[in-house]
Amino acid sequence: MLRLIQLELQKLWLNKASRVLIIISFILPFTVLILSSIKINFFGFFTLELGELGIFNFPIIWHITTFFAAQFKFFFAIVVVSMIGNEYSNKTLKQNLIDGLSKKEFILSKFYTIVFFSLCATVLIGLATFAIGMYYSSYTEASIIFREVDFLLAYFLKLVGFFSLCLFLGMLVKRSAFALGFLFILFISESIIYGLMKWLIDGNIADKIHDFFPLQSMWNLIEQPIQRIIMTKFPDNTDMVYDFALHWYEIVIVLGWTAIFVFLSLQLLKKRDL
Amino acid sequence: MEPILTISNLTKKFGYLTAVKNLTFTINKGNVYGILGPNGSGKSTTLGIVLNVVNKTQGDFHWFDGNISTHDALKKVGAIIERPNFYSYMTAEQNLKLVCRIKGVDHSKIDEKLAIVGLLDRKTHKFRTYSLGMKQRLAIASALLNDPEILILDEPTNGLDPQGIHQIRQIIKDIAANGTTILLASHLLDEVEKVCTHVVVLRKGEKLYSGRVDEMINSHGFFELKAEKHDELLGVLETHSNIEKTKVEGELITAFLNEPMSASEFNKLMFDRGILLSHLVKRKESLEEQFLQLTDTK
Repeated sequence: MLRLIQLELQKLWLNKASRVLIIISFILPFTVLILSSIKINFFGFFTLELGELGIFNFPIIWHITTFFAAQFKFFFAIVVVSMIGNEYSNKTLKQNLIDGLSKKEFILSKFYTIVFFSLCATVLIGLATFAIGMYYSSYTEASIIFREVDFLLAYFLKLVGFFSLCLFLGMLVKRSAFALGFLFILFISESIIYGLMKWLIDGNIADKIHDFFPLQSMWNLIEQPIQRIIMTKFPDNTDMVYDFALHWYEIVIVLGWTAIFVFLSLQLLKKRDL
Repeated sequence: MEPILTISNLTKKFGYLTAVKNLTFTINKGNVYGILGPNGSGKSTTLGIVLNVVNKTQGDFHWFDGNISTHDALKKVGAIIERPNFYSYMTAEQNLKLVCRIKGVDHSKIDEKLAIVGLLDRKTHKFRTYSLGMKQRLAIASALLNDPEILILDEPTNGLDPQGIHQIRQIIKDIAANGTTILLASHLLDEVEKVCTHVVVLRKGEKLYSGRVDEMINSHGFFELKAEKHDELLGVLETHSNIEKTKVEGELITAFLNEPMSASEFNKLMFDRGILLSHLVKRKESLEEQFLQLTDTK
């Protein structure tokens, strides 16, 4: 396993474009996180300090940081898609197989790298969130700090699931740009199908089916936290209440998709003549 | 003899097109094999199948004694297919390190193999700065990293300039001299003739011949003759039982033998008949002529 990760990291790290994208995908969420956590003084008119809004309180901070950090996954998605596309266009995939890499090892080396990257991102976000939370949070009892730490797990699974989807699309169309296009089409068609289902059949059933769609199921892992922030400001408003917690079935659906994407990628590679 | 690669009844179909038809042959240790055939005869497809990048439709193949999976076997094989495929943004050394990781070989071999192909002084240069000849030589170095039991080369001199072709051939000969088995696919006949001891001839995916290069067709050679008494010479040739047929091109008469006969024997015979030859050469068909004969008649 170590050998396969080393192999892929060498390919990625020595490539300037993917190195830059990897660094960006790590640094950007942090910059945003840190910028938002410092006190900004607008030329003496007023000071903006997001920390005062209570969004850096435990436990809600886990929800907020993982949600916003997850929006930056697109940068690494480009890396994932291009690491497949390049192997096809340079025919290095063929050469790798001739040199004695099995097709399974090839897919696994990509998948392990995805897991490795997601793990790094999760650990870093976890540490940063913990540090910022300890600094700002009004509550610092251990039971409150770690109450919603499961959002980190959700974040990790969301990344792994999403990048596995990118891996599969990359294998399917072989070209990075087209694969990203496909991703966009998938995003749109999920909404269209959802809209059609709502219109044609009962809205409740449509919601349930929609939760099984790949992108929607990943979204469900970390629901948007905006509503929750507003909720904390207006605790009396019961219309605002929604279910933002992480459920076991949400995890199962995303894990299912991840397995399907990796398996299909391998089947595609096995069936193809290179 | 120890078999390295055994192919039996291998068939590959791309839709309606049959690229390889019921192919059977064996590669034994220590020989230099050529796979010969015109473009589109199934050479690369056959190599692709045994190298695990093309899926077979029917039939079977196994590496070595057959108790080893193909991808493990490939770690003992060195192969280059069509054009050199490397990561353009890596240096030669980094590319070879990657191959070492795949094959599970120690990095210490890299310098040794780069020296064999004469690229040691360029090892820190990026692959994309290499000329085609250098790329091809790097590919050979890469294929040699694991000290393979068999080296597979698919059209290794394709697109190279004469110096490049000469360099590659010299490297191949040196490697063969060390006792490494080589399988060389090519449509360049003199290339195969210069390097190979055994040959498999393919046409439209079918095997026409496999065996030693010099036994490809049953031929006793032919004489190229000139004489002042042109017509008398022709007359004698037509009645002689050792001569199968004759061909006339201007002054030059070509007489094909159907039984062994030495040039001096023939010269004496002519002298006895009162014909003085001004030109007498005994030759065997070149591989090219043999190949054309083989692919035409069937």
